[in-house]
Amino acid sequence: MPSITKPVAAHPSLQRNKLGLTVRDYEGSMSTLCAGCGHDSITAAIVRALWELSIVPHSIAKMSGIGCSSKTPAYFVNSAHGFNSAHGRMAAIASGAIAANRELTYIGISGDGDSLSIGLGHLCHAIRRNVRMVYIIENNGVYGLTKGQFSASADIGSKSKRGEANRMSPIDPVMLGLSLGATFVARSFSGDKEQLVPILKAAVAHRGFALVDVISPCVTFNNHETSTKGYLYTRKHKRELTETDFIPPAAEIVADIQMASSNGNTGVTMHDGSVVRFRALPADYDPTDRQKVQEYLRRYQGTSEIVTGLLYVDENAPDVHDLNESSETPLSHLPFEKLCPGAAALDQLQAEFR
Amino acid sequence: MPNSIDFRAGVNDFAIKLANVNGTGSASANSLLMQSMFRMGLPVSGKNLFPSNIQGLPTWYEIRVNHRGYTARALDYDLMVAMNSQTYERDIREVRTGGYLLYDSSWPLDSELLRDDVTFLGVPLAKLANETFADPRERTLMKNISYTGAIVALLDIDVKIVEGLLAEKYSGKAALRESNRRALYLGFDYAREHLTCPLPFRVEPMDANADKILVDGNTATALGCIYAGATVAAWYPITPATSVMDAFKGFCEELRRDPETGKNNYMILQAEDELAAIGMVIGANWNGARAFTSTAGPGISLMNELLGLAYYAEVPAVVIDVQRVGPSTGMPTRTQQGDLLECAYASHGDTKHILLFPANPAECFEFAVKSFDLAERFQTPVMMLSDLDIGMNDWVVPRLKWDDSYRPDRGRLLAAEDLEKMAKYFRYHPPDENFVAARTLPGEHPSGAYFTRGSGHNKLGGYTETPSEYQEVMDRLAKKHKAAARFVPGPVITKRLNAQFGIVTIGGCDLAVKEAADVLGERGTPVDVMRLRGFPFDERVEAFLDAHPFCYVVEQNRDAQLRSLLLLETSAAKEKLRSVVSYGGFPLSARQVVEGITAQMQGDEAEQLAGARRH
Repeated sequence: MPSITKPVAAHPSLQRNKLGLTVRDYEGSMSTLCAGCGHDSITAAIVRALWELSIVPHSIAKMSGIGCSSKTPAYFVNSAHGFNSAHGRMAAIASGAIAANRELTYIGISGDGDSLSIGLGHLCHAIRRNVRMVYIIENNGVYGLTKGQFSASADIGSKSKRGEANRMSPIDPVMLGLSLGATFVARSFSGDKEQLVPILKAAVAHRGFALVDVISPCVTFNNHETSTKGYLYTRKHKRELTETDFIPPAAEIVADIQMASSNGNTGVTMHDGSVVRFRALPADYDPTDRQKVQEYLRRYQGTSEIVTGLLYVDENAPDVHDLNESSETPLSHLPFEKLCPGAAALDQLQAEFR
Repeated sequence: MPNSIDFRAGVNDFAIKLANVNGTGSASANSLLMQSMFRMGLPVSGKNLFPSNIQGLPTWYEIRVNHRGYTARALDYDLMVAMNSQTYERDIREVRTGGYLLYDSSWPLDSELLRDDVTFLGVPLAKLANETFADPRERTLMKNISYTGAIVALLDIDVKIVEGLLAEKYSGKAALRESNRRALYLGFDYAREHLTCPLPFRVEPMDANADKILVDGNTATALGCIYAGATVAAWYPITPATSVMDAFKGFCEELRRDPETGKNNYMILQAEDELAAIGMVIGANWNGARAFTSTAGPGISLMNELLGLAYYAEVPAVVIDVQRVGPSTGMPTRTQQGDLLECAYASHGDTKHILLFPANPAECFEFAVKSFDLAERFQTPVMMLSDLDIGMNDWVVPRLKWDDSYRPDRGRLLAAEDLEKMAKYFRYHPPDENFVAARTLPGEHPSGAYFTRGSGHNKLGGYTETPSEYQEVMDRLAKKHKAAARFVPGPVITKRLNAQFGIVTIGGCDLAVKEAADVLGERGTPVDVMRLRGFPFDERVEAFLDAHPFCYVVEQNRDAQLRSLLLLETSAAKEKLRSVVSYGGFPLSARQVVEGITAQMQGDEAEQLAGARRH
């Protein structure tokens, strides 16, 4: 809303990142979501993560579909291009954008309606292509903008504000992602910034599709006592499987990297040299073993517990550009001379058209 | 005035039809015949009338040779090659009186084939193939090459040219080349020995093809996309557009692998559906690549939503629509021009798009390049409407030309240094004389950032729900579309002295309409012809409609969609635009045009007479 603006000046005491920017430089316009919306906390975590990573703001591309969640790219990094596209189509549009320019940092924001119903097909195929992007599902189990219908992530037995119970089984983006071969799968909670920020930083560093499911309560339509996606319920049933530390490339972490999968500690070196260090709370949990992760998570399916953490990561799978052996120079930056074969080649080609 | 055309046979003037079972290898044998006549310098066309099936259903191939260059479908045939017993009954009916029918005389002539006014030419094809080849599959395949050999003898085609074509096709596969050669001569020698060769209609070498090529529209389209500098292609497999992407992939592998890095200077994404395909194209164009998709009507239906987004958010996109018969699944392997209205106004709300209408593969090449320039200049989707006949059949067209001084028209696109100099950048303001504002690419410069949205926005790109602000943008978009009229390929107008009326047509109707106009002229009814090549229509279109008492709009769909588009988008009066339509799924013939027009003219005369009697 144009009437709500933020003050332009930043307080001089604000901390600066490697680029000399303050957290204010990563903010966007004022949110127009309901007061207390989980999505705004996620926005704050995104701002924090991008600032801490010192990402050049205008090298970010913000992608979204339609819905409450999809409005949020307007609320962070004003100096980055944003594309608030069409309902469910963000993964496809982002895939095309990423094909064109592999050098930008792509932050996709979606919701459970956008991703698990109308856009489910596109999400699945973006995972299969391992398109390099952060894909956040702001998951509240409900359609907000159309006033409270169940979404595909609503749990069996969860009741709507009007008291109607959902009877269909939910689509769990985490299990879905794992079964489709997703190379980075995490779940967090909008109310747990301490957990979410390092996960988001690791997601940005990941070379591939980073699926981040964030339980993000809808204060207006799905935060009542009989909801399984409300603040109270999520706090009560959240079970943290891993604790994540993100260590940027230049830091002194040599000793830690060696410490692979022992005593519940795992270090995964990301493509850019940064390291994601896990401390698995159950000591036998290995976030690099897809099979075991799936088995582990299956134990919690159908229970009231909500498993969170950076659950799975595979940094060695080929991403969309590897799979297509595409040019290191972004396709959109290739000079025309490299692309057009010219008149002489056309004559040669036409020798076959006889 | 006679109301139809008789196609008379003679030297370099005849039509043949081959009736086959699909999946038996007949297609390559038939195109071999057509190609050999092309190499003899003859104006020739080959139309593959095939079923939506892999094996076992009827399929036909038609070849027309005409020294005057009339190569639209003929509709009656001087020689029928009846190789499919399932269709004997209808095939024999299509032979003109005095024509010939070639059949496999390994078995007695089927009673369904008997006709007094047709000469039967028997060649024991199965017997010859069985005596010569051992493998059952080889017998079937070589039977086709054998009837080709017989036809080569009957039509006096240069057998050395055919042999040469087989040698080119099977270079490096000596065994295959040899069995094909043997099969060719089986039929050739048998015909020479047992039949009267050549037939009264036959070929004589000409020199019509010195600067011509033989190519299908989908290959030419793909080549146009390569030359335009397209780097991202997204698609979902669909007949008859699949071969656009097959060809694009082939050309990319040949021409776009970077010699220095060995990496691919392209990316082809086989999407999960057409919703995703157009989404990817929009995302890639938004991000600065030239990107396109190829599809057919069902794909356009799915793309409608995002075409509206690209229109409203002003993102370039190129869509190649190879039209087929609708509605719904329709007849996927048959041709039609049924997507005109769907494409012109694709998507909900007020939307209008830029359309290009190629008439042949040469224009497919040229217009494919043009599509990218228009999409970027006007920052909007551009759809090129080809069709199955143009896209999948081989056409004889002028050699493609390329001007090495060509550079892509990127339209109003700001670089970092431009942004550096600007006090403040707004995505949709200020517009230029064509109502287009400057766009920026992500990653270019911090002050170039903007928020792309398909939701209501004001002239600066900010969110709005205010009526006047919304309307201001919508009005500019309408003007922008109108401004594109001067930039799309203009109509091709052919005038005749004392023309009595006009014919307006589009795309693949071109050759049939040209021939029909000549026939009408020779019969004392000179007509002017206008072939439309782009939408929106420019003032020449309006002037043509204005200058004639009435026009016949000739097109290939049931509902006269082009006529509707003209009524909506020009000031032509409804009663001035008459309609001739053909929509059965086979390419248009001049006969259908002449019949359609003369029937209406005779109706007029009868009405005038009746009117005179009443007075």
